[in-house]
Amino acid sequence: MGHPHLPPAQGLYRPEQEHDSCGVGFVVHLKGERSHRLVDDGLSALEHLNHRGASGSEPNTGDGAGILIQLPHEFFRHECAQLGIRLLEAGSYGAGLFFASRDPRAQAQAQALFTALVEEEGQHLLGWRTVPTNNASLGQTALDAEPAVFQVFVGRGAGVATDDDFERKLYIIRKRFEKSIDRWGIPNADWFYFSSLSCRTFVYKGMLTAMQLREYFPDLSNPLLVSALAMFHSRFSTNTFPSWELAHPYRMVAHNGEINTLRGNRNWMAAREALFASPQFEDIHKILPIIDEKGSDTASLDQALELLVLAGRPLAHAMMMLIPEAWQGHESMSPEKKAFYEYHSCLMEPWDGPASVAFTDGKNIGAVLDRNGLRPSRYYVTSDDMVIMASEVGVLPVAPEKIVHKGRLQPGKMFLVSIEEGRIIDDAELKSKLATERPYAEWLNRNLLPIDEIPEVEAPLAPDPDTLLKRQIAFGYSIEDLKYILGPMAKNSEESLGSMGTDTPLAVLSTRPQPLYNYFKQLFAQVTNPPLDAIREELVTSVKTVIGPEGNLLDPEPESCHLVSLDIPFIDNEQLAKFKSLKDHALQATVIPMLFPANAGPAGLGPAMQAVFEAADEAIANGAKILILSDRGIDADNAPIPSLLAVAGLHNHLVREKKRTQMGLVVETGDAREVHHFALLIGYGAGAINPYLALDSLAQVQVDGYIEGDIAVDELQAHYLKAIKKGVVKVMSKMGISTIHSYRGAQIFEAIGLAEPFIDTYFTKTVSRIGGIGIDEIAIEALSHHSRAFPARDGGLHELQWGGQYQWRRDGEFHLFNPDTVFKLQHATRTGQYRIFREYTQLVDDQAERMCTLRGLFEFKPDRSPIPIEEVQSAESLFTRFATGAMSFGSISAEAHETLAIAMNRIGGKSNTGEGGEDRRRFTPDANGDLRRSAIKQVASGRFGVTSEYLVNADELQIKMAQGAKPGEGGQLMGSKVWPWIAEVRHTTAGVSLISPPPHHDIYSIEDLAQLIHDLKNSNPLARISVKLVAEVGVGTVAAGVAKAKSDVVLISGHDGGTGASPLTSLKHAGAPWELGLAETQQTLVLNKLRDRIVVQVDGQMKTGRDVVVGALLGAEEFGFATAPLVVMGCVMMRVCHLDTCPVGIATQNPALREKFAGRAEHIVNFFRFIAEEVRGYMAQLGFRNLDEMIGRSDLLDTRRAVNHWKAQGLDLSAILYRPEMDASVATRRVNAQDHGLDRALDNELIEACAKALETGERVSLELPIRNENRTVGTMLGSTLTRKHGVNGLPDDTISIKFSGSAGQSFGAFLPSGITLRLEGDSNDYIGKGLSGGKLIVYPPANSTFRPEDNIIVGNVALYGATSGAAFFRGIAGERFMVRNSGAVGVVEGTGDHGCEYMTGGRAVIIGPTGRNFGAGMSGGIAYVFDEDGTFPSRCNLEMVGLEALDEHEDLDLVQGLLKRHIEYTGSTVATHILQGWPELATKFVKVMPREYRRVLNEARAKTDSREAATARG
Amino acid sequence: MAKPTGFMEFKRETPTRRPVPQRVHDWLEVYEDFPVDHLKAQAARCMDCGIPFCHQGCPLGNIIPDWNDLVYRDKWRDAIDRLHATNNFPEFTGRLCPAPCEAACVLGINNDPVTIKQVELTIVEHAFESNWILPEPAAKKTGKTVAVIGSGPAGLAVAQQLARAGHGVTVFERDSRIGGLLRYGIPDFKMEKKYIDRRIAQMEAEGVIFKANVNIGRDIDARELLAQFDAICLTGGATHPRNLEVPGRELDGVHFAMDYLPMQNKRNAGDEIPSESFISAKGKRVIILGGGDTGADCLGTALRQGATEVLQYEILPKPPENRAPENPWPTYPALYRVSSAHEEGGTREYSVMTKSLSGENGKLTHLNAVHVEFVDEGGRQVMREVAGSEFSEDVQLLLLAMGFLGPEKYGMIEQLGVELTERGNVMADENKMTSIPGVFTAGDMTRGQSLIVWAIAEGRAAARGIDQYLMGETLLPLN
Repeated sequence: MGHPHLPPAQGLYRPEQEHDSCGVGFVVHLKGERSHRLVDDGLSALEHLNHRGASGSEPNTGDGAGILIQLPHEFFRHECAQLGIRLLEAGSYGAGLFFASRDPRAQAQAQALFTALVEEEGQHLLGWRTVPTNNASLGQTALDAEPAVFQVFVGRGAGVATDDDFERKLYIIRKRFEKSIDRWGIPNADWFYFSSLSCRTFVYKGMLTAMQLREYFPDLSNPLLVSALAMFHSRFSTNTFPSWELAHPYRMVAHNGEINTLRGNRNWMAAREALFASPQFEDIHKILPIIDEKGSDTASLDQALELLVLAGRPLAHAMMMLIPEAWQGHESMSPEKKAFYEYHSCLMEPWDGPASVAFTDGKNIGAVLDRNGLRPSRYYVTSDDMVIMASEVGVLPVAPEKIVHKGRLQPGKMFLVSIEEGRIIDDAELKSKLATERPYAEWLNRNLLPIDEIPEVEAPLAPDPDTLLKRQIAFGYSIEDLKYILGPMAKNSEESLGSMGTDTPLAVLSTRPQPLYNYFKQLFAQVTNPPLDAIREELVTSVKTVIGPEGNLLDPEPESCHLVSLDIPFIDNEQLAKFKSLKDHALQATVIPMLFPANAGPAGLGPAMQAVFEAADEAIANGAKILILSDRGIDADNAPIPSLLAVAGLHNHLVREKKRTQMGLVVETGDAREVHHFALLIGYGAGAINPYLALDSLAQVQVDGYIEGDIAVDELQAHYLKAIKKGVVKVMSKMGISTIHSYRGAQIFEAIGLAEPFIDTYFTKTVSRIGGIGIDEIAIEALSHHSRAFPARDGGLHELQWGGQYQWRRDGEFHLFNPDTVFKLQHATRTGQYRIFREYTQLVDDQAERMCTLRGLFEFKPDRSPIPIEEVQSAESLFTRFATGAMSFGSISAEAHETLAIAMNRIGGKSNTGEGGEDRRRFTPDANGDLRRSAIKQVASGRFGVTSEYLVNADELQIKMAQGAKPGEGGQLMGSKVWPWIAEVRHTTAGVSLISPPPHHDIYSIEDLAQLIHDLKNSNPLARISVKLVAEVGVGTVAAGVAKAKSDVVLISGHDGGTGASPLTSLKHAGAPWELGLAETQQTLVLNKLRDRIVVQVDGQMKTGRDVVVGALLGAEEFGFATAPLVVMGCVMMRVCHLDTCPVGIATQNPALREKFAGRAEHIVNFFRFIAEEVRGYMAQLGFRNLDEMIGRSDLLDTRRAVNHWKAQGLDLSAILYRPEMDASVATRRVNAQDHGLDRALDNELIEACAKALETGERVSLELPIRNENRTVGTMLGSTLTRKHGVNGLPDDTISIKFSGSAGQSFGAFLPSGITLRLEGDSNDYIGKGLSGGKLIVYPPANSTFRPEDNIIVGNVALYGATSGAAFFRGIAGERFMVRNSGAVGVVEGTGDHGCEYMTGGRAVIIGPTGRNFGAGMSGGIAYVFDEDGTFPSRCNLEMVGLEALDEHEDLDLVQGLLKRHIEYTGSTVATHILQGWPELATKFVKVMPREYRRVLNEARAKTDSREAATARG
Repeated sequence: MAKPTGFMEFKRETPTRRPVPQRVHDWLEVYEDFPVDHLKAQAARCMDCGIPFCHQGCPLGNIIPDWNDLVYRDKWRDAIDRLHATNNFPEFTGRLCPAPCEAACVLGINNDPVTIKQVELTIVEHAFESNWILPEPAAKKTGKTVAVIGSGPAGLAVAQQLARAGHGVTVFERDSRIGGLLRYGIPDFKMEKKYIDRRIAQMEAEGVIFKANVNIGRDIDARELLAQFDAICLTGGATHPRNLEVPGRELDGVHFAMDYLPMQNKRNAGDEIPSESFISAKGKRVIILGGGDTGADCLGTALRQGATEVLQYEILPKPPENRAPENPWPTYPALYRVSSAHEEGGTREYSVMTKSLSGENGKLTHLNAVHVEFVDEGGRQVMREVAGSEFSEDVQLLLLAMGFLGPEKYGMIEQLGVELTERGNVMADENKMTSIPGVFTAGDMTRGQSLIVWAIAEGRAAARGIDQYLMGETLLPLN
């Protein structure tokens, strides 16, 4: 069934891009006591999570809310009795909530169909009840989509022995109904939907806000409606398209998060179905496919879970298969548990992604958290046997003295409430029981075959240098491949970096033959889920794979794990030879040539692919379990099939044939050489890859000098394979995927420039939005290399071509910035000659011959007469629409940074700080009136220099979700580049490396983004908030979410922009052109009626007035420029920004080079004036006086009628130009302001109450209650204080406020000096975010009965990005305590995983247990951990830190002093105990000291000492 | 890149010229050898730019950053391969090219550019010494034949490229030795002619047939050639000199530079030239008209021949010492340059226009001239005589080095009837084919007077066009 009200795919909008996220939770009575009060509590809790849900263009249309309860038998019996339906005891019937079309005839038909199916399955239909509903408060959108709602009652058939059997029957009936309804031709078939159909549980849900649920279903208020459990959910969808069924809970789960590997999971499940056989399910074939392609990720997960459970697995067992914790590399996990996970990894891949999943079968209810712990899940256990679990604490008022325990779900952990057993079964007990049920370790020992255990065989011959060049040419190698790809990887085990983005044509627009790989762009996570940190949080990633035939998922046997296991899937020639040697019938290998006849020409490729399919089918029929695709056999007659085509084609063929899980796929190929290639091969189904030609080439690469030094060949090969591994892990982690196992076949790419029929056949279900070339053109490109390698004649150069992807060459790839355009742009802007500027823009714009960009293919198609240019709005009035790109002070010199700022301030445009903070001297104007302050202050994941003062000095606060050059990745500034002036504005130590994490640690989901937007708005109510996204398929949907999250601006960046250093893979292969992203954004926002409230800005290789006009017509109001202004300032595209050797003084901190900086603000001003003039020229030509009138007028664009290029002919750009058909009243540009709801903030009260303190510094004390809905408390107050009193704020404790209760998220965010917030109770996530000098104190209420040090008191990511101030928490903090702290001090009594991650300054004192991976990426500051049992070192990430004893005076004094204060503020018993044992107990402290920080401190000390010595001598 | 910081560590250094008193007494090249270790430091100054403007500045598209890097890393063998990949004759360009690449070098924005030309020359000479430069005959012959008319750099480039592609190539030269302008227009002190012989030997071994002393259009009708060969290529140069059209031009003692310079080269090569027809500056007061390279060549030659005094007049004003604002990097700068010949003597004067010549007994005795100035008239620069600036100079030998007007129109061009451009050059399409199918052209003949790098680049492009024409496909590179 589809979703009746989602708009169909149109333009660039794709309904499958929907994302959602949310608040989730449950309440349960441990002993199973059923009550209406519990249902009521569930609803109340849900209502207190309302802010985690969202509404769209109408505030009264929610994204969805729902509740799952135990089947309310008493209620149903009572209600049904009145309808004449007789319900016997519970369990004798099942019931379901049924959404139906409002058309009575259709209803009748559907009910008839259902009744027939019930009878066919041997059950009987008891009757239908029309569910009373009250839609009074629903918004129009929800009303338009509102179904008729029924309850259906199905009586248990005679032969059905157990409840479980009955559940299976109901399942089969429901599935059959879903499958049949379309076929029956019932009108509005997609309106019909069962929220649930069970004899145990019942779901009420709908397209409602959390607040509307209770009112909409009066049933829920009926005292007869009782349950012992209630699972609830409030949805925040990126879109607002009406959908009643996409509300949670589903039949078994409610989910906060996102499954990133969905495509792969669905494909694999579908492929597995061929082998499904289960004693429980004789008739399973009737209900295939199990996974409904149209459902959401959660719906699919729910379907998979249902199957596994109904096939007989315990609920928890099934969850462990779907969402396993990170078991590889877990130092303390039991061997049994590891064996459990390893065995099950042979059966299925993980469903990977951030997830807090609540699940229930009506008898048990539990929750599991993903391995990264990227969603908050907190719980209370009370003395009256209640368990309350939710995304936040404080959703239900509970008297403090009744709370027995406050806990949180930890990464990868599960907890289960067994009502049957009347207790909580914790993770350890639960999993250990399941893991020991079967002898998994023994099964593995007997069956799983690690590749090392396959006997050595003679490896293929050593590389043959005589044919090496020939083969390299045949596979399209370039010199750049050797210089930039192979060389650095083989030398450094790492991919090399590049700078300044990419300005080469899209593959489909290039005149040079492109590898098929280049037609694919990597997708990456932004906003709706976080990219992962594969480097610093390596313990959660896994590259281990198993290859071979899978067994029957439903009824596995010991032999189901008879597969080959590999530590990494990138294999050398010896390992490949081992695969080839497998003859054993259970693991027999067959080689299939991946070649096509060269003399057949392009037409030969299609049949050759067919031959590969047939060979594979035959091999499988003959018992092959491992297929090895190989192109080793190339010669003059045989050209290689692009390995990606062969792999993806065969994989999808075998998925279609449902044979894919019966064999493993290994590839032996000459064409794979860069990270992107390997990522694609894995992503399209390859199990293992042997890149023999790349490996063979390494020795020569060394001889050629692209690898310095003398390194043994096998070492080079090992380095290279390691670099590939690291690179692919990074590509996966950008998408939030942790395991290669689930990345395999997940197809997380978008194709640009490939024709639909080609995609359908070989890359099934990959998004390709603008059509393009097909198999013939692919063949031509492959053959062009082959014919160069095996020339029929003399005369050609028998050498590799340059390539030209990374450096411009005359015979290389075309670049928009080339000698001509750089020269003309500089000359024009320096001498102020508009005529020369026009020559420059003509060179850029005139791409008819050498098409480079999609916009180059557009023509203007005016709908009116030209007007005189005098009538067009002035150039000055256009300037406000221009911004310069985010380039940090640090990446570029002060001279360059300030020149940009001065120029933009002169014209009234906006410059951007980038993520490196800003020197406060720039906040005040210079003597000549110039202002060096950047109007846009960026807030990136590193939060460098993001203080209250920085924030109030902004006109715009920009949240960088992703950057064009490397979406989904963090950055690193090497210590050598952290000069003192850089360290100062970043609040760090000179000489110490700085690392930005890949994700914002306060944005793991869309509701988190909404929270950060709210936080920043509070931190500076006068600034507008902007969110920067990078174009990729689905960005429009994300933008809609951003609009709903109340951002004022959304910036869509093209993939090609970016000035910073970035791995080449990301620079080249991640993201999409802005034309696609912008058009999709405009279309989706308009479809959602959200365009009215958000400004759309675009950037990415913007170079000319024409670019601006195209941008406006596609939907942008504002425009960003980065590379071009740099070129104006003298940049000559050296692309060495990352080497600090910029010869023109821009991208360098080296004083000698900075002296050479010759850029002037006047030149930048000239540039923007010229751009504006050009825009005006186009406006006059198109007949518009005001740019506003042109926004979104894509109908004024046409694609060039005469596209002569052989490859571009198949392109269809109409989707980019599509305009959704909407009412005239629907705005297509921003006309309204967002409602940030600041007027409802608690801070208004605080500001008023503290007026005196703010004015005069008089001390003020207050006391107030607080609830979780009170979010970002203290921030607006702090912002007011900072605005008045500047960086130094007020004296400590000038304002002192005490709260009691559970504080909402971001309590005390950016709190400046002079404010102290005390909280008696507990707090949610992000407490003290960006703390800027203020003080935070949290402690449990005096009448609490639990031991504070055993209970969680503050949520995840406390003190993130704090720059100064102090915090004292009496209790345990969640994950990522003090991440990216650069100056605050904090005392806490225990932390979760990843504590003090990325810290660069400040002090942490932890007087309790820590989680794993402590101190990852920590380069500064010091943590003192009280390690009573001596186990801390095993949980600490020692990559960057050393562990020392607490022996220096200053350390002892500091810790002692902080503990004293901790006792004073919180009454901590632990701290008291430690101080009582002082100084003996001081020896139990471990000092976590970053090695680099230690080095810098020692150097500084040595310097001081020698100076002192010199003074003494003097 | 081998040395990211090389440009910050090393200063530009170029080879020194031999002492003037020594070199004006011989005809050997003026430059001294440049130590290889110094050269490596020079190569290390290359920044391996993202956009190598040098590579764009070079008409041949020489891949300069690559071979700079190879030289720095002592990969001389690879360096010559990279160099030869775009340039058939680096030993010529390394000596004679005015190096627009260096003018475009990114380092030149705020520093001294890399000594690209010297690196090039060293690579090729090192390769010859190491015996790496060997004939590369085609493995398979195509059976097609091509006639190349004119053996200057363009003709030689066409011939070598086509021979290597397997075609039978015959080069016709009307003079007695192969080399064209290289052989006769370039004084030996700038390039000794053994370097041409060395390259010709390689080409002969690759199968190129050279026929000297055959003047196509006079000795053989060009149309006949067209019948004999599958394609022909016109590379006869732009040899029609600009004349001095003033009273007295007919006087004895007035010569075109290109009548004067070859004689000395021929004599150096051992050719017998009767002294009555030999033009010598010995003991004469010499004036050269034209301030370009040919003028400087005349200057160096005249000084070596023993002229008593040499004056060089240029009609345009003296160029600036530094780049003018309208002549920014990376354009080729019009600068006041001091060539080796200028170091050796003579006096340069600018803004001088010759009005007339006078003489006695038919022999030149005086040149009468006036100073001129350029004034802006409505955006156009107009030349005006400076009133009262007339002057007269004694002169016995006047050499006209005022450039060339295009190819000679009589002979083969007439016979073939190829279309000409407005400027009088042979018109060619993008494949270098003229209006007559099968007839191609390259070098100065189609481009007009230009640089040797352009001649080679044109020759390579024509070879590709011819190969494509003959075979329907080509593997020859575009440049």
